[in-house]
Amino acid sequence: METINSIEIWQIFFMRLWPAWVALAITFSVAYRFKKNLGAIGHLFDNPVGLIGLFIVLFWIYAAIFADLIALFDPLEQSGLYRRKPPGTVNSSLGIPYIFGTDTLGRDLFSRMIYGSQIVLLIAPAASLVAYVVGITLGLPAGYIGGKFDTVLSFLANLVLAFPVILLFYLLVAPGIRETILPNIMAGVFFLFPIAFAVLIVYSRFSDRPNVLYPSLAVIFIIGAWLYLGLAFNSDPLGLVSIDPNELNIFAAVVFATSPGVFRLVRGLTMDIKTRDYVSAAMTRGEGRLFIMIWEILPNARGPLIVDSCLRIGYVTILLGTLGFFGLGMEPESPDWGSMINQTRSYIRLVPTIVLPPTLALASFVLGLNLLADGLREESVKD
Amino acid sequence: MLVFIFKRIIVLFLTMICLSFIVFTLVTIEPNLKKLALNQANMRMEEAAVQSWLEKHGYKRPLLVQYGEWLGNAVTGDFGYSTHFRKPVNEVIWPKVGHTGILMFWVLIITIPISLFIGVLSGMREGSKTDRTLSIFSIITTSVPQYVSGILFTIILSSWLGLFKGVAKAGNITFENFALPVLTIVVYDIGYIARMTRASMVEVMNAQYVRTARLKGMSFMSVVFKHALRNALIAPFTVIMLQFPWLLTGVVIVEKLFNYKGFGFLIVSASDQNDIDVTLACGVVAVVLVLTTQLISDIGYAFLNPRIRFS
Repeated sequence: METINSIEIWQIFFMRLWPAWVALAITFSVAYRFKKNLGAIGHLFDNPVGLIGLFIVLFWIYAAIFADLIALFDPLEQSGLYRRKPPGTVNSSLGIPYIFGTDTLGRDLFSRMIYGSQIVLLIAPAASLVAYVVGITLGLPAGYIGGKFDTVLSFLANLVLAFPVILLFYLLVAPGIRETILPNIMAGVFFLFPIAFAVLIVYSRFSDRPNVLYPSLAVIFIIGAWLYLGLAFNSDPLGLVSIDPNELNIFAAVVFATSPGVFRLVRGLTMDIKTRDYVSAAMTRGEGRLFIMIWEILPNARGPLIVDSCLRIGYVTILLGTLGFFGLGMEPESPDWGSMINQTRSYIRLVPTIVLPPTLALASFVLGLNLLADGLREESVKD
Repeated sequence: MLVFIFKRIIVLFLTMICLSFIVFTLVTIEPNLKKLALNQANMRMEEAAVQSWLEKHGYKRPLLVQYGEWLGNAVTGDFGYSTHFRKPVNEVIWPKVGHTGILMFWVLIITIPISLFIGVLSGMREGSKTDRTLSIFSIITTSVPQYVSGILFTIILSSWLGLFKGVAKAGNITFENFALPVLTIVVYDIGYIARMTRASMVEVMNAQYVRTARLKGMSFMSVVFKHALRNALIAPFTVIMLQFPWLLTGVVIVEKLFNYKGFGFLIVSASDQNDIDVTLACGVVAVVLVLTTQLISDIGYAFLNPRIRFS
């Protein structure tokens, strides 16, 4: 069987990734040009660690966006002839090399890794975002108002946090659970929060200007209801928005496991910030509680929240990988990194390199996010 | 102090009951029970037969009644019967908990001194070269989850260098087959605990009393040892205890990865095999472990911190 050597492998690897390199070069040169106007991101140029993190994260984002241009093969296409081949084996009928080798069904590992980034980079940030909205919507009043509301919510948050994550996943992401309506109910509850949050933002700002308030509320309700029906109950009247039941199940479980942590963080930050002078000033001006929470406290908590969100997306990526590793939730064909690790790890005695693409991809993406968080924290401390 | 402990214990019991109820509800959902019926009685049962089987075994009663019955038995130490092992759950679960206990013991014995040392060393002089290097090291180790590092260690240390075995056999522990699982968990946890220790050390080193001690002419090292360390190590103590849910997840991953048949492996296999009583018992044991460590951490924190102890 025809093979190519390792220098040629890396040559093809770098050549195939050209869209990512071009996009990275453009992003970095534009960002460097305007670094004074970019705030914390601009400061990252003085921080090599954070810059490396940003580079890795952007690399994966562009790899996911341009996956169709980068990948050499269809990620799901199997080939009986080329099973568990080492890196560099050439598919002689097509004349294209499997630069990272193939898995046990003869699928190209490089292409699967690239397409896998699409799944990971979509679900992890989206789930973190929803978890953030849930955590903020509940954490702000819990920290600001306190009292019974806070006691009950903190108790519930501690309840979820006391669960070992893996046990939670085995209970919540299971074929049996998908036969019930529990995932839909969970998603139904979680997806209400973004709508409620958007309504609260608009209402607290424009409550005295009805000519702006009512049109924007109407827009939020229409778009919100449309997305809500499509995502949570798969019943979009236009048939445009839908989500796979497996993915919905994973999404709901991940949000469920992540939002209590965000809640605790936001609650703590709120309790700290509400003692500041500008909050007292707003109270003296006669601003309502809602306005103070959303327009005084939340913007001032953004520093720690942004740093934490980088860490949390990394953590969610690890969680998704854990789900894949245990074969929970994802479809068996799915090229997401966790499932790839699960599918390939039994063969490391035969072909040790078989498991490297998904493992290194996952580790590098999480490392990038953590380095970025570290850089952002360092720079925000300096200011 | 006694009132504080008493309150904590009340909350603990409340939490335990809530959590065990959630686990109970999720384990005994309809599809799982149907699968159980098909497995236990006859694979080719009709829908009506399944229903009558469930009726006969008491799964049709209201959830709260079933839960009450299970709780009553569990309190007296009877966790039911394993349908997979065909033994009482108690005979299945406790030996496995023991195997995992051994693993945890070695992990903690190695992790705690190293991570505290790294954390104190890098937090001692914030921003120094040592600090940056150690911080980046701990960022890297926390970025690599156990299912990645475990596989990489297996490839490098077991397949290429042939030092250790890639499979760990519970009950027959040798250095060769036990080193990799321990190493995998240790590397991940060191990063995390070291980061927490560092943060706490940095905070203490910036405190007024440390500055005062320095200004009155004490040497740097004696300030670190006499003033800073005692206060800086309180936070890592709670972190190590609160880390338990996470540590447990890591243990489950590692046990699955290295085929070490301990408690974590049991959780996974019981859920996969729809072994309802074992899954329930595992869930409860895990939750009790986590909550107990949280209680110890709360009490320990209050005990170690004189500001709370005397108020």
